[in-house]
Amino acid sequence: MSAETLNLTLRVWRQKNAADQGRFVEYKAEGITVHCSFLEMLDIVNERLQDRGEEPIAFDHDCREGICGMCSLVINGTPHGPRRGVTVCQLHMRWFKDGDVITVEPWRAEAFPPIRDLVVNRGALDRIVQAGGFVSVRTGGAPDGNAVAVSKTEADLSMDAASCIGCGACVAACKNASAMLFLGAQVSKYKHLPQGDPERERRIVQMIAAHDAAGFGACTNYTECEAVCPKQIPVRVIAESYREYMRALCKGRAPGVKEAAAGGGAG
Amino acid sequence: MSRTFYARGQTGQQLLLGAFSALERQAGLGTVKMHPRKEMMDLVVVDGHARGIVTRDLVTGDVQAWAADAVILATGGYGNTFFLSTNAAGCNVTATFRAWKKGAGFANPCYTQIHPTCIPVSGEHQSKLTLMSESLRNDGRIWVPLAKGDRRAPGDIPEQARDYYLERKYPSYGNLAPRDISSRSAKQACDEGRGVGPSGLGVYLDFADAIGRLGEDAIRDRYGNLFQMYEEITGENGYKQPMRIFPAVHYTMGGTWVDYELMSTVPGLFVLGEANFSDHGANRLGASALMQGLADGYFVAPYCIGNYFATAKQPKVKPDHEEFRRSIADVQERVRKLLAVKGRRTPTSFHKDLGKIMWEKCGMARNEAGLKEALVLIPALREEYWKNVNVLGENESYNVALEKACRVADYMEFAELLVMDALAREESCGGHFREEYQTPDGEALRNDEKFLHVAVWEYQGPDRAPARHVEPLTFESVHLATRSYK
Repeated sequence: MSAETLNLTLRVWRQKNAADQGRFVEYKAEGITVHCSFLEMLDIVNERLQDRGEEPIAFDHDCREGICGMCSLVINGTPHGPRRGVTVCQLHMRWFKDGDVITVEPWRAEAFPPIRDLVVNRGALDRIVQAGGFVSVRTGGAPDGNAVAVSKTEADLSMDAASCIGCGACVAACKNASAMLFLGAQVSKYKHLPQGDPERERRIVQMIAAHDAAGFGACTNYTECEAVCPKQIPVRVIAESYREYMRALCKGRAPGVKEAAAGGGAG
Repeated sequence: MSRTFYARGQTGQQLLLGAFSALERQAGLGTVKMHPRKEMMDLVVVDGHARGIVTRDLVTGDVQAWAADAVILATGGYGNTFFLSTNAAGCNVTATFRAWKKGAGFANPCYTQIHPTCIPVSGEHQSKLTLMSESLRNDGRIWVPLAKGDRRAPGDIPEQARDYYLERKYPSYGNLAPRDISSRSAKQACDEGRGVGPSGLGVYLDFADAIGRLGEDAIRDRYGNLFQMYEEITGENGYKQPMRIFPAVHYTMGGTWVDYELMSTVPGLFVLGEANFSDHGANRLGASALMQGLADGYFVAPYCIGNYFATAKQPKVKPDHEEFRRSIADVQERVRKLLAVKGRRTPTSFHKDLGKIMWEKCGMARNEAGLKEALVLIPALREEYWKNVNVLGENESYNVALEKACRVADYMEFAELLVMDALAREESCGGHFREEYQTPDGEALRNDEKFLHVAVWEYQGPDRAPARHVEPLTFESVHLATRSYK
């Protein structure tokens, strides 16, 4: 039976704003119950910091149940911490030991400018979606159930990719700060469905262009991204994306592709 | 029978992602501009029409005016007034509350839904409650020990010593009984000393029968991610032992009053989704919030707003109009005051205290004495807040303490309105259960003679009690009845 409370040492990245250089600051986190989540542990530390007149540690969070994609901490070098398949908001303190020293950092990537402490601006991921992560029909009346036939196998492949929450852990884990797992998830969720077929070529070419323009690096198959993805998106979505990209090039330019590709510098 | 379609327990998430991608498409086309990390701090009304908003940039602290032809709020519910709820931490009441202060009537604030299938509170550190998807009730059976204080492990409690109370009390609906009934029954079982888990505030949700019938793989296929989530939070394996669940604040049926065109009492202010009061009456049923969000946004608002523009055209206003300037000054003054208090307690500690008052006096069961007590406790806490809150740092930075402090200041005022509404509605109806008004077997007892209406509260100024207006409810094709789930 492990102890019910932990005494921990945190090394937390503090940075007042983008212009500040930033540094690690050490904090004691004592008497932390093993039943609280990692973010609740930070809440406790923040309450104590404020009580002694220090500003709280800023970190992104919202739903605190692993679905919104806001929480974004690198814990001891691993995005979302030591547990596979969970976001940091779901990571509970029972996975840590009394006396542990825990290093907490933000997502680090050129495409994610720092805002404060552990908060970075992940708008670059939105720009990838804006470039093609959609179907171009306007939302309207729903078709009859089963009117568009999709096999369970294809639907499951699509759903595996659609469970991406856009947190950006894949970028934080990658030596190249590549967002290809994220991009691949957006491509794969449409690739396996008939909806969205008309913009298939445009989608991949424009999204790759937006990806490169945002400053994300290229994928060189480290596959760290798959290891840290809280939704366990497989790297096959990256392979699918490259296949889609080659296919789009072979098929010639769909309308609008040339401009976007030229503008973004991909191709 | 399944109650709804579901997508691996991510139905809402997938609908949201679909709507998000459609929105991002428009952002890419340049028809929509997104402004993340900006908080609406005020509604601006010019000549009786909503003409814009004032925001505070959460990163830079800039307070800015935005002039418009119309304003749409889709800012969610007010469940976080209770501190602990299933809402995301960022959900808050500020937008609709500020609109209320600018004249938009607020309807039925006391209609709050307590969801039966949440993971129980594990201690003082708790920052939110996690909802286990309602779809679990399709295959799980809810029970507590028959005997008070039976602390045996669930597996050691034989069938004849268990009380499947929903199946017993509501044989035709059983474990699928509506949320308010399921929640109150859980509370009742715990009040009787039959609750489970370390705190005694929990009931079992048991999948043993379904696993026996369909196999563990079938259950994993349906709910795998929920079982995983449960295990991460509690450290317990839901396939091997029953889950523990307890009710938690989840959804707020009340909200800004709107007409059939989703327009509030302030012309030009449209309110969509959970932020408005429409569609759900006193109790929302499963999946209908998703329906409302999509229907309001896709199928109602786009057509109604055109009608407003066609019939109530207003002259252009610019953000340097005096109403905008006044509103900016008000917001800046509010922020300055919060930073100037320099007291001894954090905004979150006040929020927790407020939540405790709300949960204890205005939660699953309410009564006149408790509500009157809350109406003393809340103003006292609010007074202390403005004397003793400690908001560190400055406005001109990404200041999470200040962001929180602004929201808590609004909860402090809004909570009082919620309690006033609960006190005024002397009946039990849906999510609002008044202990004085119940049938002999403990079911909600409506008073259709006196309360067959929507209560709409109107702000009357800082030193006056708000006015309670009523909008009578008329039933034309479906006749009013009391549903029995027995």
